[in-house]
Amino acid sequence: MKIVVTLPDDAVHDLTVQAGGSLMDAMRKAGLPVRAECGGAMACATCHVVVDEAWIAKTGRAGDEESDLLDMSDYRSGNSRLSCQIRLTDSLDGLKVTLQLDAFEG
Amino acid sequence: MTDSVVIIGAGQAGGQTALSLRQNGFEGTITLIGDEPYVPYERPPLSKSYLAGDVAEERMFMRPAAFYAEKHIVLMPRTTVARIDRAAKKVRLAGGTQLPYTELVLATGGRVRKMTCPGADLPGVHYLRNIDDVLGFRDRITAGLKLVIVGGGYIGLEVAAVAIKRGCRVTVLEMLPLVLNRVVAPEMSHFYTDVHRTAGVDLRTSTGVTAFEGDGKVERVRFGDAVIDADLVIVGIGIIPNVELAADAGLAVDNGIMVDECTRTADPDIFAAGDCSNHFNAIVGARLRLESVPNALAQGKAAALAILGRPEPVVEVPWFWSDQYDLKLQMTGLSRPGDQIIIRGSMAERKFSACYLREGVFVACQSVNMAKDFIQSKKLIADRATPDPAKLADPAIALRDL
Repeated sequence: MKIVVTLPDDAVHDLTVQAGGSLMDAMRKAGLPVRAECGGAMACATCHVVVDEAWIAKTGRAGDEESDLLDMSDYRSGNSRLSCQIRLTDSLDGLKVTLQLDAFEG
Repeated sequence: MTDSVVIIGAGQAGGQTALSLRQNGFEGTITLIGDEPYVPYERPPLSKSYLAGDVAEERMFMRPAAFYAEKHIVLMPRTTVARIDRAAKKVRLAGGTQLPYTELVLATGGRVRKMTCPGADLPGVHYLRNIDDVLGFRDRITAGLKLVIVGGGYIGLEVAAVAIKRGCRVTVLEMLPLVLNRVVAPEMSHFYTDVHRTAGVDLRTSTGVTAFEGDGKVERVRFGDAVIDADLVIVGIGIIPNVELAADAGLAVDNGIMVDECTRTADPDIFAAGDCSNHFNAIVGARLRLESVPNALAQGKAAALAILGRPEPVVEVPWFWSDQYDLKLQMTGLSRPGDQIIIRGSMAERKFSACYLREGVFVACQSVNMAKDFIQSKKLIADRATPDPAKLADPAIALRDL
């Protein structure tokens, strides 16, 4: 499946990834500079992405706990998600997200 | 000579140093030396999801193996360093090869503290620090196994939680009167003791192991006059920082390799990052050595920036996490005995936070299934907030509103 990730420096990455894992894993496996400090344990908010409006219905919005973690981010928006909490299923083929500055390994 | 950074230690601090160097435009040579056969990986899952068999090794890798080749980062796995020659600016490997450096990063981490009592070298007595350690006993964590865990710290309790779910008969032996003694308040310690006992763990405190016994392999664990049967022993009694290379090279060492806030040692070309480093933390207001992933990553990045001539002090609220059963324990700051403890929320419902005030200043927070408090407490600690204790005790009032 394909996903499109825009980095905070506006670089756009078209990635071909395997379905099944999390979006965070897929980005990391592709070598993108995503911090993801806790490795998907939902103990931080350093894999923060904003989901493209056209895809938010399919990914769904952040759950309660995820939302609590995102709340302190300066880059929070209505479509904010932790990428470790988005499971890549075939229905997300073509997914577009933007990695947020607090998740970017600058 | 072109810039050539040698990094000793391929854990998360060493890995992060290499990644941050390239990410920030470093064009010289990067050599990452590690004694394990793997690319840099995350250790926290070792005592949690990896032990449970829920994730593969690749899932823990900071970056896939191919990434390092692509970024021209030279990996030297299964490699041990014998000494550092500061005068010649060379690293000598155990095999005799010499590697010149312009800058050297020590990300040597720590090694497990070992038992020294009789029988400590019997087969069946295991430790847990790296992937191969876990592969040495993971297959045996099955129903009916009599597992004895020595040490009631995070590693021991996380292993207990995984093993009890697998149907093992689990005993935890803690030498001190309380589990997690080094890091949490007695209230929190009692809570975790109750949780483990309710789950079926035979948790015994004030119990120091005096010997491991058995014929050719461990079969019993003795503590004073008492003895219990054991098919397998896992020891989790802390780590010792790997400072010997630094000390032998004449660098200052005092519970870790002494560095400044940008990770530089007294030698301007040598840096130390992660579990092995002793540094001043401006938020805590003290020198300390932290065994934590966020610190390893922050210091790895700081070392890279300092090498690039853009030093930035690490100013971070220390934070940690531990997953046991359905409990997500998330901790910020550093508490210590004597701090005033205020509990928010409900221990009975397994959803609460312990907040710590020192002379009225909010210094630490340990949250169980309360991610909101965890994330919001960081700012209170960084700001040295002095919240009203009565309001702090009311979970209906968000920490950010105090």
